[in-house]
Amino acid sequence: MLLSYHRLKELYKTANRLREDVIEMLTEAGSGHSAGPLGMAEVFAAMYFFILNHRPKEPSWPQRDRLILSNGHICPILYATLARAGYFPLKELKTLRKLGSRLQGHPHRKSLSGVETTSGPLGSGLSQAIGVALAARLDGARYHTYVIMSDGEHQEGNVWEAVMFAGKNRLSNLTAIIDRNNIQIDGYTEDVMPLEPLRDKYQAFGWNVIDVNGHDIEEFVAAVLEAKAVYEKPTVIIAHTIPGKGVSFMEQKYQWHGIPPTKEQAKEALRQLRRLGGKIKSEHD
Amino acid sequence: MLNLEIYPNHKIFDKDPGQEALRDGYGKGLLEAGKERNVVVLTADLEESTRCQWFKKVYPERFIECGVAEQNMAAIAAGLGISGKIPFINSYATFSPGRNWEQIRTTIAYNDANVKIAGHHAGISTGPDGATHQAIEDIALMRSIPNMKVVVPCDAEEARKATLASVFIWGPVYLRLAREKTPLLTTPETPFVFGKSYPLWISKGKTLDVAIIGAGPLLYNALLAAKELENQKIKSVVINLHTIKPLDKKAIVDWAKKAKAVVTVEEHNVLGGVGSAVAEVLAQEYPVPMEFVGIKDVFGQSGKIYELWKKYHLDVKDIILATKKVLKRKL
Ligand SMILES: Cc1ncc(C[n+]2csc(CCOP(=O)(O)OP(=O)(O)O)c2C)c(N)n1
Ligand SMILES: [Mg+2]
Repeated sequence: MLLSYHRLKELYKTANRLREDVIEMLTEAGSGHSAGPLGMAEVFAAMYFFILNHRPKEPSWPQRDRLILSNGHICPILYATLARAGYFPLKELKTLRKLGSRLQGHPHRKSLSGVETTSGPLGSGLSQAIGVALAARLDGARYHTYVIMSDGEHQEGNVWEAVMFAGKNRLSNLTAIIDRNNIQIDGYTEDVMPLEPLRDKYQAFGWNVIDVNGHDIEEFVAAVLEAKAVYEKPTVIIAHTIPGKGVSFMEQKYQWHGIPPTKEQAKEALRQLRRLGGKIKSEHD
Repeated sequence: MLNLEIYPNHKIFDKDPGQEALRDGYGKGLLEAGKERNVVVLTADLEESTRCQWFKKVYPERFIECGVAEQNMAAIAAGLGISGKIPFINSYATFSPGRNWEQIRTTIAYNDANVKIAGHHAGISTGPDGATHQAIEDIALMRSIPNMKVVVPCDAEEARKATLASVFIWGPVYLRLAREKTPLLTTPETPFVFGKSYPLWISKGKTLDVAIIGAGPLLYNALLAAKELENQKIKSVVINLHTIKPLDKKAIVDWAKKAKAVVTVEEHNVLGGVGSAVAEVLAQEYPVPMEFVGIKDVFGQSGKIYELWKKYHLDVKDIILATKKVLKRKL
C-alpha cells in the first residue's frame, strides 16, 4: 500500500473535517464527550480512508477487516467517520443521543450497521476483538482485526486478562491501537492510577509494541503496516495524542473528557478548525 | 390527599415542585456521614458525577481513588469493611454492582462486610448515554444476594437520609441513585425509617380501590396518577416502599387487604424488581390482582428522562391504565 503525498494531504483534510463534524454533533446533542474524539481524528481518518479493507455499502461483507471500538464514549468520531465513508447519510449525525436515533450515546451493534460491537462500559473491547480474531483463525479467514482502546481503560483488570490471552495465543491477526492521551475523568492518568511503563508491560506479555505520534498519519500508517507484517505476535500501537486536538481551549484538559461545547464555544472551535484549512501540523512537518 | 403526617412537599402538585437529583442528596448525606470517622469513600474514576468530591474536599485522607477498576474497588472495600471501616463504593450501577457483582456477592455480602454500595445513574432516566449506562437490573441483582439490604430513595432528600442511615445499619447496603433532577416529594421533616414504608397519598373515605406501591423518583408519577384517579372517583393509596430489602411485608399485606388490588411502579425491569418483591409476598400471604408498571424486559435507549418515561410506559397515564386494568380483574 502506497501512501502518496496527495493521498496524505487528503487524509489530513478528512481528519479535520471529522473534527468539525464532532463539534457540530456534540453541540446539537447537548451532551457527550469532546476530548477523546478530537484527539483520534487522524487515526480514524487513516483507518477508514486508507487502511481498512471494507465496503461501506455492504457493512456485513464477510471478508471486511474488523474495527472494534472499545472506548465507546468517543463514538462521535466513529459516527462521523462512518457517515463520511458512506455507511449512512451525513444528516443523521445530527440525531446523536436523541430518542429513536441509530446513533446511540454509546455505540450499539444492533442499532447501526458498521458498528462492529457494543461498547461504553470500558475494558472489554480487547477481549471481544480476540474472539473475532480467533474466529478468523478458526475459519482460515484473511481479514485483520483492529481494536481501538483508551489509556484510562487499562485500569480495568479485564484488559490485562485479554492482553495475557492474546500474547499467549500469538494472535498476529490482531492489532490494538491505544489512544494515549494521558487523561481520564478524574484527572491525568498518571495522577489517578499510573499506567507507565505501558510499553514494557505489553512487551512483558508477549506483544510487539510500536509508539507513534497519533497525529502523524504517515507514521501511524507505517506502524499499522508493520503490525500486519509481524508474525507470531499481536501488535499494539501506542498512539500518543493530544486530547481535544485542534481546539485550543480543549487541548490537554481532562475537564473536556465528557462535556460538549456550548453554542458559543462551538463557534470558536469551528473557527479554529477551519482556519487550519484542513491541515493539522505534526511534528514532522 | 397527600398524607400530611409524613410532612410531604406541599408543592408536589405545583407546576414547579422543586427539583433535585438523588445523587446530590447522596453527596450531602455522604458529607454528613463523614463525621463518623470510620467512613471511607471509594470511587472508580467518577468522583464528580457520583458527588463524592464534596466528601473528598473535607476528608481527603479518607477518600480513595481506584481508577477505572470496579472489581478491585469492591474487593478493596470488602477488606476495609472487615477491618473496622465503613466504606462507600461509588460508580454507575451498570458497573457497580453490574461488573463487580461477584466480588460484591462473595467478598462483601458473604463476608457480611460493612460496605455500602452506591449505584449511581440507575434506571433509564440516565438518559442520553443510552442503554449501556442505564441500569434496569440492579435491584434484582442486589435483592437476590443474601445479607444485602436494598434501598431505593424517591427523591434527593430521602437519598440524603438513607445515606446517613446506612452508616448505622450493619453490613452491606445497596443504595440506588439517579442522575437527573427529579421532583422533591418529601421534606427534611419526613421520617425515614429503614425497612418501613409509608403512604405518600391516601384518598379520603373509608374504602380503597387500589394500592399503588412503588419506589424511586417514579413515585412522582404515581402521585399525579392518584390525583387524577381521585377526580375519576377511584380511591387509591400511594406507598413509598423505599426499602426493598428487608421488605415491609406487614404493610404490603395490610394495604392489599384494604384495597384488594395492587399496582407496582418502578424504573427497573419488571422481572426481579420492586413489583416482583411485592408479588412474592402477596402470592404467599394475600393474593390480589396485580399490575406491574416498569420496564417490560427491554433495553432502553438514548433520550431525555421524560421522553424515556413516556416511551417505556412509566408515565402517569400508564399508571392510570394499569389501575383500570387491575380494577377490572378485581373479584
Ligand atoms: C466499566 C466502566 N467504568 C466506568 C466508566 C465511566 N467512564 C467513562 S469514560 C471514563 C474515563 C476513561 O478514561 P479514557 O477512556 O482514557 O478517557 P478519555 O481519554 O477519552 O477522556 C470512565 C471512567 C465506563 N464507561 N465503564
Ligand atoms: Mg484517555
